[in-house]
Amino acid sequence: MAQSPLSPGQLPVARLAIIAAVVGVAAVAFAYTAGWLSPHRLTPAKLVASLAPPGGPALGHRRNHAKGICFTGTFEANGNGSALSKAKVFVPGHYPVVGRFNLATADPNAADAMVRVRGLGIRIIPPDGQEWRSAMIDAPIFPVSTLQGFYDLQTAAGTKNPEAMKKFIATHPEFLSFVGWAKSAPWTGSYAEERYNSLDSFLFIDGYGAKHPIRWSLLPAAQPVPISPDELAKRGPDFLEQEITQRVAAGPQRWSLVITVANPGDPTADPNKAWPADRRTVEVGTLTVQQIEPERDGPCRDINYDPTVLPAGMATSDDPFPAARSAAYSRSFNSRTAEAKYYPGTETGARQ
Amino acid sequence: MTTIRKRFAVPQRVLHWLMAICILSMLFIGVGMVSTAAPKYLTLVQIHKPLGIAILTLALIRLALRIYYGSPSLPADLPEPMKLAAYLSQVILYALMIGMPLIGWGMLSAASYPVVLFGSVYLPPILPVSASLHTLLWHAHYYLAFAFFALILLHVAAILFHKLIRRDGVFETMAPVLTHDYSE
Repeated sequence: MAQSPLSPGQLPVARLAIIAAVVGVAAVAFAYTAGWLSPHRLTPAKLVASLAPPGGPALGHRRNHAKGICFTGTFEANGNGSALSKAKVFVPGHYPVVGRFNLATADPNAADAMVRVRGLGIRIIPPDGQEWRSAMIDAPIFPVSTLQGFYDLQTAAGTKNPEAMKKFIATHPEFLSFVGWAKSAPWTGSYAEERYNSLDSFLFIDGYGAKHPIRWSLLPAAQPVPISPDELAKRGPDFLEQEITQRVAAGPQRWSLVITVANPGDPTADPNKAWPADRRTVEVGTLTVQQIEPERDGPCRDINYDPTVLPAGMATSDDPFPAARSAAYSRSFNSRTAEAKYYPGTETGARQ
Repeated sequence: MTTIRKRFAVPQRVLHWLMAICILSMLFIGVGMVSTAAPKYLTLVQIHKPLGIAILTLALIRLALRIYYGSPSLPADLPEPMKLAAYLSQVILYALMIGMPLIGWGMLSAASYPVVLFGSVYLPPILPVSASLHTLLWHAHYYLAFAFFALILLHVAAILFHKLIRRDGVFETMAPVLTHDYSE
């Protein structure tokens, strides 16, 4: 060995300092990456926390769209989708579906008439196992254009200060077009009478590798019957779940899945902006809901309807929301599955 | 192997430094992805999964090489507690290199997420869907990641201690290139 150990009396302060510096710099870099040094970073934790009511989240439940009911059924592809996407889910056939009707509220016990926005989560599993998950809502546009806007909306809505909402609208005027829908669009008395929209844009990739920016919607076969929120309130706080259970028991309910293809220059990155009504649409198949099951022991309960779970042939676009939703849904899923004891199943052994 | 080695074999050294890059990247990607809701979240997640499987594969190869080649013995004058610490840290590092990807894979399986390596290449689930299993594995994955990083910092501090303070040739057993004042 060419080197010799330092003599015992020599205190290698400089060398120890080098070691401390190397370890210290690495630790600080790690802490920075973890966001511990950036209190203003919009983390999934902050996003999810902003959804919670003043008393804290409903433990064991989804942090948003907390009230819901499971369904099972099939998606029947007619083959038309293959012109836009090579995903196997568009090859003609029947594919099993596990879905969930829901209300956009953090309160699993909210009365139906108190919640303006309704949603539908869907998981389609074709034989090759390449799942397609989607979570849609009945509003035609998203309330805001940016993730920061969404966080600001939750924060403003959560404060008691009436000025906060005015200030929010002043900085996010796009919210008013959503308010316009919320105030004018008729309510219905059934999950089966709603149209559900992806809002976010995605890319479909066809067999030649060409990318098509698209959005999709589920159009109900059932005729919507307008009903006032007051009338809905009179029917009971859980009318929608009772109604869909009876309705599906009487006969399967259907929606057609329609893809809307963007023209060049359409606002693909902003789910607050609708595309012009004349855009090309392609009907690619039919969703049939065959059975309703309560969420507590139902097959949708432990599924995260993460909109970025996409088969080959589909991808996220320049719309920033699917990534944010994926991050936030994951956070919500990790929390609620760890809190299962607060929302126990009723069937013995149904849930571990 | 009965011959006494002064350095790790070349394949062992190559794997060590390759895996050092992979594992450090992995830990930074992991801690970074769970703290962002920006579009890069998806990119980071898409790297995290195949990189984890790559680390698992490399770690298994490395374990086989370790069994085949063995390792250079530590300096005879190294105090016993330090020898024990060196031995234990290596055992724990191997356990984490192999365990963390398996825990992550199992966690995704228990949550009923598809495990996408890239494009159309999916891995099968290795555990049944279970909320309680997912919770256990998710907590393990999360806390062991910090333990893993702390252990790597300790590993770096220890090897620099060998290199700069003790100057006992332990660093050179795994050095990618030899410094001018050291020769076998």
